[in-house]
Amino acid sequence: MTALLELSETRAGYGAGPDILHDVSLTIEAGKSYCIIGPNGAGKSTLLKLVCGILKPREGRVMVRGESVGGLRPDQLLARGVCYVPQERTVFPTMTVRENLSMGAYSVDDKDVVEQRLGRVLELFPILDERRSQIAGTLSGGEQQMVTLGRALMVDPSLMMIDEPSLGLAPTVADQIFDTIRRLGETDITVLLVEQNAQRGLESVDWGIVLDLGKKKFEGPAEGILDDPRIRELYLGAKVVSRESEG
Amino acid sequence: MTALLETRGLNKAYGGLQAVRNCSIAVKQGSITSLIGPNGAGKTTAFDVINGVVTPDSGNVIFDGTDVTGSFPHKLTRMGMSRTFQITRDLRDMTVLENMVVSSPARGLRSLIGTKIQRRERDRAMELLDFVGITHLAGTAANKLSYGQKKLLEFASVLMAEPKLVLLDEPAGGVNPALLERIVDRVASLNRSGITFLLVEHKMDMVMQLSDWVIVMAHGEVLAEGTPADIQENDIVLDAYLGRA
Repeated sequence: MTALLELSETRAGYGAGPDILHDVSLTIEAGKSYCIIGPNGAGKSTLLKLVCGILKPREGRVMVRGESVGGLRPDQLLARGVCYVPQERTVFPTMTVRENLSMGAYSVDDKDVVEQRLGRVLELFPILDERRSQIAGTLSGGEQQMVTLGRALMVDPSLMMIDEPSLGLAPTVADQIFDTIRRLGETDITVLLVEQNAQRGLESVDWGIVLDLGKKKFEGPAEGILDDPRIRELYLGAKVVSRESEG
Repeated sequence: MTALLETRGLNKAYGGLQAVRNCSIAVKQGSITSLIGPNGAGKTTAFDVINGVVTPDSGNVIFDGTDVTGSFPHKLTRMGMSRTFQITRDLRDMTVLENMVVSSPARGLRSLIGTKIQRRERDRAMELLDFVGITHLAGTAANKLSYGQKKLLEFASVLMAEPKLVLLDEPAGGVNPALLERIVDRVASLNRSGITFLLVEHKMDMVMQLSDWVIVMAHGEVLAEGTPADIQENDIVLDAYLGRA
């Protein structure tokens, strides 16, 4: 079976800067849900930006369902079902919740299809149904995050990449977001999550991928991956021997 | 050994967010001390308070035996505390050498325009550019430098003030491995010559290799401190990084 997404020995970086991703190879299968974890600067967000077409690979390949997509624009990737929810919560602040959600389906002409998707999103996010006529800029941070997730769902994606959805949210609000992501993972949508909060991110998915300094270190079932002894070294550095105080 | 820098019960809130909570740390004279912690732990806010970019809601900053709470950064620079920034500043179209010269507090308020660079200033600047390995860029407009070169220039320019304490905010952020090695080497060398460092950094190999003492912050508070080896063994620290608190 062809993988939904495949990266093979991919390198990428920003502008004329150094490589952020070094020879990353990984496979994402349809229907599973994934969380990429790793310390700051591991290249997690860069990987998502590469896959959604904001960055082009400098070397290596990015394949969606067997088709090479490296160098395609974000809108072209969107047409192939690849969508990306960035870290910065970006609602249209002066539009209502409903209008925001509809914007996600701006490329769909068939009104019935839009209505049908809208119905599905509002079912998944009951709070947005309650708030559908509210101006999005007046929502709380957590609700705005739900709007961005809901808006992304309006394109009917097959791969949904979500960058740090819990950023800046109070713990109980983050709980709701993680719960939503877990439910998304149970649908036919493939979720690829990036989270600084490794514990919470992994609780919401099936499979964990550990990235460090632009390389994939290892991967495995989400449950238990944090107990791998390599995790400690990754987050707290290569073991140093106690040294004498240098006075 | 005595503390060159000390904070006592610092608090700083931004709106409803308590960025730094009752933070008391000490940086020993002659040490390389690191401040680590997960994103949002309050490290940069602590730096901002220490070097006078923001005023704390309560608490004190003691530098070199003097209470300097709320002092302006330029005053602290003259007292011997310099700081680099996480994101390099906009250096406009001055040359690298000019950037170095205006970084010297001895220049006071004299503008660069129409004021000749003195031989002594030039010699000192060139010596430091040589130290970080970018003398060949002295005549280049600073805004034409690569990101890594800007980091080196910033590092060299804070040394113009002949600091006792240098605060380094993520010196390794976005630099390639070769350059990282150079920065580590220069920090260690300056430390041997007597300069004290307080470092905020996410590259843990660098932190653990360089530091004498590591202070861990989480949710605005000091969570733990100790030698690098102690910190690496500390499960509470690991849990904080993994969100298992």
